[in-house]
Amino acid sequence: MSYIQGETGDWEIVIGLEVHAQVISNAKLFSGAATAFGAEPNSQVSFVDAAFPGMLPVINEHCIEQAVRTGLGLKAQINLHSVFDRKNYFYADLPQGYQISQYLQPIVGKGEIVLDLPDGSSRTVGVTRLHLEQDAGKSLHDQHPAKTYIDLNRSGVALMEIVSEPDMRSAEEAGAYVRKLRSILRYLGTCDGNMEEGSMRCDVNVSVRKPGEPFGTRCEIKNVNSIRFVMQAIEYEARRQIEIIEEGGKIDQETRLWDTTKFVTRSMRSKEEAHDYRYFPDPDLLPLELEPEWVEDIKKTLPELPDDKKARFISEYKLSPYDANVLVSEKARADFYEAVAKGRDPKLAANWVTGELFGYLNKAGKEIEESPVSAENLGGLIDLIADNTISGRIAKEVFEAMFETGEKAADIVEKKGLRQVTDTGAIEASIDAVLAANADKVAEFRSGKDKLFGFFVGQVMKATQGKANPALVNEILTTKLKG
Amino acid sequence: MSLDKATVAKIAHLARIKVPEEELDHLAGELSQILTFVEQLNEVDTGNVPPMTSVAAQKLRRRKDEVTDGGYRDAVLSNGPETAEGFYVVPKVVE
Repeated sequence: MSYIQGETGDWEIVIGLEVHAQVISNAKLFSGAATAFGAEPNSQVSFVDAAFPGMLPVINEHCIEQAVRTGLGLKAQINLHSVFDRKNYFYADLPQGYQISQYLQPIVGKGEIVLDLPDGSSRTVGVTRLHLEQDAGKSLHDQHPAKTYIDLNRSGVALMEIVSEPDMRSAEEAGAYVRKLRSILRYLGTCDGNMEEGSMRCDVNVSVRKPGEPFGTRCEIKNVNSIRFVMQAIEYEARRQIEIIEEGGKIDQETRLWDTTKFVTRSMRSKEEAHDYRYFPDPDLLPLELEPEWVEDIKKTLPELPDDKKARFISEYKLSPYDANVLVSEKARADFYEAVAKGRDPKLAANWVTGELFGYLNKAGKEIEESPVSAENLGGLIDLIADNTISGRIAKEVFEAMFETGEKAADIVEKKGLRQVTDTGAIEASIDAVLAANADKVAEFRSGKDKLFGFFVGQVMKATQGKANPALVNEILTTKLKG
Repeated sequence: MSLDKATVAKIAHLARIKVPEEELDHLAGELSQILTFVEQLNEVDTGNVPPMTSVAAQKLRRRKDEVTDGGYRDAVLSNGPETAEGFYVVPKVVE
């Protein structure tokens, strides 16, 4: 448990998250207009999305399926009866004057998300509910000094609002929650999780309390659009609240914004009055009734999810929880790893994938799908280490060349003459030469300076351009030095 | 049920309807009368009656996930009081 040190003692942060995840679908939740990102403004708008008089919503079956699939992936209760309500407020990018959402009877009820924390431990956070709703349009404030420009392409796109219990106690846990949720959504194929394009956005509820006391008054930080900002906003907001309370003030429940340039949260007073949303069932839409068999059919098509995959990687490949986490965080990574590990030493494969490969990809700013080294070729490299064709050290050099050229390991080894020297005669000759050239150091070693052993190994490796088999070098060197 | 002036003013504001101060009393009276009239329904015990969501026995109609609409920007924008470069243009709203 991580506490914040205040003037008057320790404070505990209490965090709950509302994540808006854009549903992957071709058409919008209640209209047949397209959802693709980046289209010309207002080119993907139907009369329904622009709220022309008399237009009626008709629900997209696939969006319902995506919400149910997500609910099942969160091990949540699926409500066979749910209701769409109108959430009423006025804003320029909401042409209807209300958002069609779900209030008292959402499509998905209680579930859970298991957080994988950096120290390898896990913690379960409750999911309160998931409901379907329409997205609003987009306001552009920077196109004109006195005007706001409105693009309704996003208006009516299906969102899943996923609400957590106030179960998190640190910025780190909140970050882990968003990462894990995004990973699950991507495995399920229900949301692409792209926070930069806004297909996943977070509202963060933060309060503080003395450990063991009841919850304090919370503030909601709206529309935070990266995991880093979620964590920064929580840290800032918690300290702000602690300072106010310790100075004898009290926290007003309010909506705040994270200012990404000044790194502070600030009040959004204008939203306060609008909080009276006057929800009521949308008379244009009948309740949504699901057949239990239909839900069961969706359940049968769920992929192996990150938690199950992690457990399997730990038991089947004997990986550490940390490595397993890193590998299962994205399905493409996990698939790549399994292709490399097949028929090979799974731990060696994990080291190469999480170490060299991820390191190079990270540096090159590439995703695993764009890796110049295929799983098959990385496997080939590991085979060369396993059969002693090259040493682990030379393998790193070969890998670098593979990453640059995309060539096979064996070809690079041949071309560059990197084959490991396992000929004892040749190694012995090198060792003899090194010992002869450093007679003084040999004498020192024999008089007890054991540390010089590493020096001799280094010299031999240098003389053989790193191609000598290290185990053989050690063995022969030991014998010869004993003299 | 009777509404006071402040509540009527709040409802009007939420609905973005401009109501002059001198009309609030009158409106409070009218709205209270409507509510009282509807409240007669409370005399019926509906504790064991499921809510009726439609007069016809029908289910929520669903649509396939196909793009069948949109792509007529000019028509969509045609009723906008002000437009530019394919956008609706409104007075500046900034948080």
